[in-house]
Amino acid sequence: MANVLELQGITKRFPGVLANDKIDIALREGKILALLGENGAGKSTLMNILYGLYKPDEGKIFVRGKEVEIHGPNDAIAQGIGMVHQHFMLVPVMTVTENVMLGVEPTKNGLFLDKEKVAQRIHDISNQYGLEVDPYAYIKDLPVGIQQRVEIIKVLYRNADILILDEPTAVLTPQEVEGLFKIINTLIKAGKSIIFITHKLKEVLAIADDISVLRLGRMVGSIEPKKATPEKLASMMVGRDVSLVVQKQASKPKEAVLKVEKLFVRDERQNLTVQGVSFEVRKGEVLGVAGVQGNGQTELVYALTGLLPSESGLIEMQGKTLHNATPRQILESGVAHIPEDRQRHGLILSFPIHDNMVLCTYYKEPFAHGVSLQEKPIYSNAEALVKQFDVRTPNIYVNAGTLSGGNQQKVIVAREFSRPIELLIASQPTRGLDVGSIEYIHKQIIKKRDEGTGVLVVSSELDEILALSDRIAVMYKGQIMDVLDAKKATKEDLGLLMAGIHLSAPAKKK
Amino acid sequence: MSDKASSKNKTTEKKTSEGIGGGSLGQALLVPVLAVITGLILGGIVMLATGSNPIQAYGALFAGAFGTPSTIIAGIQTYFATGDNAELVKSLYPFTESLVTATPYIFAGLSVALGFRAGLFNIGAEGQFFIGALCSAYVGYSIKDLPMIIHLPLAIGAGALGGAIWGMIPGYLKARFGAHEVVNTIMMNWIAFRLSDWLLSGPMQASNFRPVTPNVAASAELPRFFEDPLRFNLGFFLALLFAYIVYWFLFKTTLGFEVRSVGANPDASKYAGMNIIKNFVLVMSFAGALAGLAGTAQVLGVDHWVGQGFSAGYGFDAIALALLGKSHPFGVVLAALLFGFLRSGATNMQSLAGIPVDIISIIQGLVIVFIAAPAIIRWLYRIKSLKVEEIVLTRGWGK
Amino acid sequence: MTNTTIQTNTTALEQRKRISYGMTLLVVGILIYLFFGINAIPGAQTTFGLNLLGSQAIQVSDLVVPAQGTIYLMVGIVIFAGAYQLARGVKSTGLLIGIIAFTFVTAFLTWAAQDKSFNLTGMLSSSLVRATPIALAALCGVISERAAVINIGIEGIMLMTAQIAVVTATMFQNLYVGLIAAILLGGLVAAFHAFLVIRYKVDQTVSGVAINIIGAGFTSFFSSKYLQGATDTLNNSGTFPIISIPYLSKIPVLGPTLFENNIIVYLMLILVVLMHILLFYTPWGLRTRAVGEHPKAADTLGINVYLTRYVNVILGGMIAGLGGAYFTIGSVGRFDELMTAGKGFIGLAATIFGKWSPIGAFASSLIFGFADSLQVKLQILRVPIPSEFLLMAPYIVTMIILTGVVGRAIPPAADGQPYEK
Repeated sequence: MANVLELQGITKRFPGVLANDKIDIALREGKILALLGENGAGKSTLMNILYGLYKPDEGKIFVRGKEVEIHGPNDAIAQGIGMVHQHFMLVPVMTVTENVMLGVEPTKNGLFLDKEKVAQRIHDISNQYGLEVDPYAYIKDLPVGIQQRVEIIKVLYRNADILILDEPTAVLTPQEVEGLFKIINTLIKAGKSIIFITHKLKEVLAIADDISVLRLGRMVGSIEPKKATPEKLASMMVGRDVSLVVQKQASKPKEAVLKVEKLFVRDERQNLTVQGVSFEVRKGEVLGVAGVQGNGQTELVYALTGLLPSESGLIEMQGKTLHNATPRQILESGVAHIPEDRQRHGLILSFPIHDNMVLCTYYKEPFAHGVSLQEKPIYSNAEALVKQFDVRTPNIYVNAGTLSGGNQQKVIVAREFSRPIELLIASQPTRGLDVGSIEYIHKQIIKKRDEGTGVLVVSSELDEILALSDRIAVMYKGQIMDVLDAKKATKEDLGLLMAGIHLSAPAKKK
Repeated sequence: MSDKASSKNKTTEKKTSEGIGGGSLGQALLVPVLAVITGLILGGIVMLATGSNPIQAYGALFAGAFGTPSTIIAGIQTYFATGDNAELVKSLYPFTESLVTATPYIFAGLSVALGFRAGLFNIGAEGQFFIGALCSAYVGYSIKDLPMIIHLPLAIGAGALGGAIWGMIPGYLKARFGAHEVVNTIMMNWIAFRLSDWLLSGPMQASNFRPVTPNVAASAELPRFFEDPLRFNLGFFLALLFAYIVYWFLFKTTLGFEVRSVGANPDASKYAGMNIIKNFVLVMSFAGALAGLAGTAQVLGVDHWVGQGFSAGYGFDAIALALLGKSHPFGVVLAALLFGFLRSGATNMQSLAGIPVDIISIIQGLVIVFIAAPAIIRWLYRIKSLKVEEIVLTRGWGK
Repeated sequence: MTNTTIQTNTTALEQRKRISYGMTLLVVGILIYLFFGINAIPGAQTTFGLNLLGSQAIQVSDLVVPAQGTIYLMVGIVIFAGAYQLARGVKSTGLLIGIIAFTFVTAFLTWAAQDKSFNLTGMLSSSLVRATPIALAALCGVISERAAVINIGIEGIMLMTAQIAVVTATMFQNLYVGLIAAILLGGLVAAFHAFLVIRYKVDQTVSGVAINIIGAGFTSFFSSKYLQGATDTLNNSGTFPIISIPYLSKIPVLGPTLFENNIIVYLMLILVVLMHILLFYTPWGLRTRAVGEHPKAADTLGINVYLTRYVNVILGGMIAGLGGAYFTIGSVGRFDELMTAGKGFIGLAATIFGKWSPIGAFASSLIFGFADSLQVKLQILRVPIPSEFLLMAPYIVTMIILTGVVGRAIPPAADGQPYEK
């Protein structure tokens, strides 16, 4: 069958980074090409080049056998290429219709927006592909799964027949992933061709017709799904054999270090996003909090660490109540926090590493006498931590912003672990990191657990939750659906809970 | 992911903790120096376009700022020959007058620079200056028969306090409600002007004829080092002392660490347990106090009374100074000296070459543009190696 | 990702809100009683004039009310509203604020003008006139910020355009030349701002401040170099005549307020309506809002983010230019140094208070215009408050509005941020 799309020798350089190095890929008509690679492998860069958001330094693009130049999204759309971005490109305060019509607005009298016409088209597309959505709903009111449908409708509305789906499963429950796969099959039957970008091996094996693997900006090779195994793909992706599981001993939990009872929290927009959550974290165990992003996990962590006030409920650390304590009081009572957004909360990027290393302790001996900062202890502290936690940096005087994501995370881990702590709260601790850094951070977390620290891990990656946790709490719409024993939990059960479906008694037993 | 990371890196300020360029000192000074030169050249073009001779004008400005070498030498010779220092004093007048002009600039520039460090844009230096001056004047003239050792510090303290209160209000509103400090400090300026209109034509009026305050008592005046007409006084050294205090505060204390953290990343500062509200209020109060001291230095050291329009222009000048000095206290001192010479010389230029002093405002505005957009400087002078650091000061309205 | 909205369990917060608003109303009622009710002269009458001298409107008789009775009526209304709010709760916060403002202002005016006459129509008419430059500045803010560019240099733009308007109008002996010159210069200066913040990603506040400094410096420079010695040949243009709209101007009260104005006031009113339609019902408006909320999304759909921002900022500058022209050729026919007196900044506050919508911005500007003209009227009535304090009112109102205590406004999501591909 003919190739509907071919990229040849695509090269893209960013200052200091070779993001794409002579990459060739080919998409067959009516097929699914999976583009596999870990974070930072250059998948998104490649697709942004194809979509005209970046200009390649070298290379050619062929659509239906003809060489084309794509200077912007308009050119891509004109060639029938559509893209569903990893971070949805939807305007939250606008309706589905407005989002879909944006950029190709039909008008009445040549002047006024014709929303009814677009709503009708959306309705037709919905029926044709099984993508149900209310054209007049506001995006901000829609759950993530529906928002993704809107993104797909946007692409179909523009009559695209080559679809790029960038990490489409990252924000979905296992069941929603099933639903997405069904939609993808409908699209293929309708004659569309699809590039499916992911770093999840099992999905690739489940759905792809062809697999291309990228590593560090280079094409590692292509492989047929029939000949591929998860282990084989993983080693292609990472360049060495990787253990997919974290080596750990059985936990020896002791008394509870953190007790939370009937906690209610409002987010910054005054929505009640945590609704009556109760749980406890014991010394020497990892409690994982699973759930689709946006179900209150973020606000739960913010409330526990003092970044958001809680509406009502009880937070107790070793018998001491920490309800609506300030972040400093919480830190001083022995809580370490690896924040979800490391660049927003975790680091001051324009500060040197040595200052970031004392961000929570700068006012204490030996870093300060009274109000006077003591430079020598601050420097020696940073030197020691950089060595101990293997932070790759030229020296401790460079700004944190110059480090790679993995090394930035190591700075945070080093800082938080350098204080005496009783409880570790780690939110999305490995998001966006390469496999090496993920392994390292996971090992550190388990090490802390084995030292007797209570650990709360919040992650939207089920694999991470399963790898680290001793017990797993699943959050849905601000509530904890259930707490499962990690050894007995299956992905299917967790998926049901993440979608808000309670497990029936027999399912729970198994 | 790689693209996201690289774009983040692009926007990262490549600065050391003290903010003077990571590389050599020359690199750090290059943009400000070229910005000033370019501003002066464009100012010259404006003069040409309006029918004046820029060379003659800048000559008059230079003479007005530093004096002429020949008269200074003559003055020294006369002094050694006859012991009569009158001529020498006269020849030194332009130079010392420039330092006198620079004194409030140092204070006001420090005020804005301190705000920048905390991520706050204090456009209210003008109003704080006025309030500071009024407070100092009030303490200066209303209390009589106190020894200088008590009266002078009291008058200075009053000025600092008045300015601090004027700065604290927008600081609190910003911290508590996220109300944009730029608009609020400007509103505080207008309120200060109206308040002073009332005070100067009523409660604080010296006589019925002019809307000015009485003269401050001699015990509240900042001592002068030479006889009249030289007005060079202790205020200048007080300003230098405060430049050092601000430097020490920002870079050597835990409070300064917090202030800089809050300015660079308020979210991470909150995460690290710092109190954002406290810091905003603290910084705006301190900044207000510094601007108030600018007014104090002017009233106690130079004029000895306050009249309407007393503070004209200091607020905006201070912004230019802080940007020019890269928000570093020592940079601000250098910038203030430069502006002191410019402003002081401009008076001479106005009388000799007939060019309104407002030309300096135009030059200042242009200098701000060039400092804020170093890419223009790089393009104008074809300097490929010039590092372009972006200054991110404000974050939209409110939070 | 957006959080799913959860509506349940919001009662506690609502209850708190209900009680605090109710208490506020009661306190206002007591304050009105204490300030004005007790101090009113028993038996005194207040005359509200409804006719404007020289107006074409049909004459009607003036409104004469007993002072103390009216004030007590206002106290009654606000206390009743407060009690009702405490007992039942009212959905609309705007209504409550409206009641507070109406009763307080009415009681205040009745008290201030007791035994005297106060021209209400004149007051309304001058409110609109004084609101005009503020509204134009606010519309400039709306159109720029909807595309996510904050223009804090409106003040400087208005100063420069005010000056060029009067100078060109005087030189060419034609007010329309002045008007067009002002609009063009406004667009040009805004283009400079757009160039700095879009092309060079200069901090938007810094660029705006630089424009204000250059604007003040340049106009003062030009003024002292040329205008002071040549008032008649350069700085004396006359002003736009009042245009009475046939028939409509005959309506009592409304006629003199709305339909007997000069061209700049009419243009401002037309712009408010026009901009509302453009922003919410046309492709241009949809794209502008998308660029202001989520520029990356707009970019991926092939919308030129930079071009949209340039166009909006420049259009905004032209509107501010119109506002600048108002100060000279629309009002006094002469340029004075720093004559805009902070109106540009007040306009920005009106943008925010008006929640970035043209009609809201206009309504907010009217409040400022009202406060401004009230202050003038009260001086005439010789109210025992120093006029300087009344002059502070608009600035204090601005600060209160910015706290968001009165209706929190959410700006366009990308407002003030440069866009990087």
